[in-house]
Amino acid sequence: MSGEASTDVADIKFGMLHLTPRSLRALRVIPTIMVGLIVAFAVLWILFLADRSWTVKTSAGAAIEEPGEFLVTLLDGLTFAGLLFVVASGFTLIFGLMRTVNMAHGAMFLLAAYVGIQLQQTMVGKSRNIESAEVSMFAWVVPLLVGATVVAVLGVVMQQLFLRWNQGQDLRQAIITIAVSVVLADQMLLQFGGLAKKMVWPGSVVHFFEILGQRYAFSRIFMLGIAIVVGIALWLWLNKTRMGMVIRAGVDDEEMVRALGINVAVVFGITFFVGSFLAGMGGAMGASFAGAAPGTDGQWLLNSLIVVIIGGLGSIKGAVAGSVLFGMVTAFSPAYLPSAYTFYSIIFTLGTLAIVLAVRPNGLFGRAE
Amino acid sequence: MISLSARNVAVALTCVALILLPAFGSDFFVDFVATRTLMLGLAASTMVFLSAYGGMVSLAQWLIFGVAGFAVGNVVAESGRGLNLGWGPWTGVFIALVAATLLALLLGILSARSTGIYFLMLTLTYAVVGFFFFGQVTTFSGFGGITGIDPPGFFDDRPKRLYYAALVLSMLAYVGFRAIARTPFGLALQGVRDDPVRMSSLGFNVQLHRTLAFTLAGFVAGLAGVLNIWWNGQIDPTSISIGPTLDLLIIAVIGGISHLEGAWLGAFVFIGANIYLRDIPFLGSIEGLLEERLLAEERFNTVIGLLLLLIMLASPDGLAGIIARIEHGIRLAFRRSNPEGDGSSLRTNGQ
Repeated sequence: MSGEASTDVADIKFGMLHLTPRSLRALRVIPTIMVGLIVAFAVLWILFLADRSWTVKTSAGAAIEEPGEFLVTLLDGLTFAGLLFVVASGFTLIFGLMRTVNMAHGAMFLLAAYVGIQLQQTMVGKSRNIESAEVSMFAWVVPLLVGATVVAVLGVVMQQLFLRWNQGQDLRQAIITIAVSVVLADQMLLQFGGLAKKMVWPGSVVHFFEILGQRYAFSRIFMLGIAIVVGIALWLWLNKTRMGMVIRAGVDDEEMVRALGINVAVVFGITFFVGSFLAGMGGAMGASFAGAAPGTDGQWLLNSLIVVIIGGLGSIKGAVAGSVLFGMVTAFSPAYLPSAYTFYSIIFTLGTLAIVLAVRPNGLFGRAE
Repeated sequence: MISLSARNVAVALTCVALILLPAFGSDFFVDFVATRTLMLGLAASTMVFLSAYGGMVSLAQWLIFGVAGFAVGNVVAESGRGLNLGWGPWTGVFIALVAATLLALLLGILSARSTGIYFLMLTLTYAVVGFFFFGQVTTFSGFGGITGIDPPGFFDDRPKRLYYAALVLSMLAYVGFRAIARTPFGLALQGVRDDPVRMSSLGFNVQLHRTLAFTLAGFVAGLAGVLNIWWNGQIDPTSISIGPTLDLLIIAVIGGISHLEGAWLGAFVFIGANIYLRDIPFLGSIEGLLEERLLAEERFNTVIGLLLLLIMLASPDGLAGIIARIEHGIRLAFRRSNPEGDGSSLRTNGQ
């Protein structure tokens, strides 16, 4: 380890550029200032500058002139954030306690969606062209719960068979779950085919309401409502019950919990059940919201990853923050980009990630390991 | 410098066999098995390099590989989707390598502060965002992809010259990566892998080392991407979606993510399984459920997923790790029967 690499202690020299520790520290402020400027510009743009009649031609007008369009975009973002939260909270719950990154989370989402769709078709008695008027609330909730339970059991089986005995080897566990997801995805393609399928919202939530001159689908609000109920239930479970206390203690110091005579293996199993159940619930909701097809699994794994990377791995608070931020970016960037460039909105997702990581490398609510 | 260990001898013999391969192998084998193995192995070797020496399991290597391909496509192709610049193929190579290296530098800067599983997730996110980028941004591609990309005229005698190009680049990458591990930079990188806090307090810039290693790996992945686009003649976003991205990880893991030669070994098993699985006499003769469920061509993913699962459960350092362990076992047995054997035979083939 001798030679060039160790001569310049803490100083970095790149030709003319010479950075001392002090100037390096000063450089750290730059990301924060940059982020501030970017956010300020985005707010200014949405509030005043975006304009359909002007040369840039965004698809939604400036917020002060078109409050209705702004509100609709906001609701789009919030309702999508609700779905994101349901899925990502399961992912982050499992990681928080067990340090297991469940790469099969997306596959579980899709499997629950398919099971839900199949069961709904059986309950309604039609395999295609189901009208939402034919679907009672019962014929929506039962498939959702059954689908979620199926993948929850599958998750526990996976955990017990493959993950329990190599606890702590996070990379090995991640690759094992990747293997499971590859097999699952392939078998689902065989079983359910390659065409997109859709779960049907119950008739009682499919109607529109008027808000500031814009029509808005109630089903999206219904989805947000479920997400809020899930969030509150999770909060109560983790903060007000004995099991929740054990889980939170396990997140902080698993060894200590074990030493206190608590059977951590059971707690791990239950957490995996709940985490997978949430993926499954999200799957059934997502199948009603946007349909299910091969590839949906990868997309929702990505969504979960983005949410937890933004919010911080293992933190439920972070899952809320990450969902809202990611949901807002996905809703606002296509609406307020000049319409000729709407397809660039995907870059904003990457941009959001980059910005958050530049300021907080472990995510908004993440803790350094 | 170069020791005459069993590992080096095996690698050298394999290289000689590969150089002679076009003389006795069929064109199909050279083109569809060997060339692809070398290309995918080259791409996977960048992942192994980052993992073995830098402790970073990067899923962005396939994205960088694909970006090089898209860059060649945009520069070279004269009609269809993309920019259609219609410039010469070697200009395309230059631009592709610059694009791949710059992208790797950017992603490296963005992720150098993350480690372990966090790094894996972050790079997977980049990979999938890249897929959606090329799918949605029709300026560069769109979901249909770019077709009709011709390699330089030099490679017209297919498959031989393209095969040798892949072979030479693979050998250079293998030797180069192993040589880099012995330079001050490489040693510091391994120090960063093992104990970043200590390295940082010794005055090494941890993030700089990680970023530079990532950039170097990106350059090599770009080379593999250029070869691939010449071999394929076309590229579309689906080929850099999450499935192929994970396939590269599977290749590296099956081969052994802590052994450089494992990259090519894994690629060979992966491609061999893809092409020859149904031709294995014993498996092919099993009728009914297994035949239909598992071994139909489109069920390849199930087989490879199960193989991955098996390897991860049995030996986390893959086939190369299994081979190393067998070799170690034989040496131990040999040593026990022959007590005068020198102590160096106890050394496993750690880096």
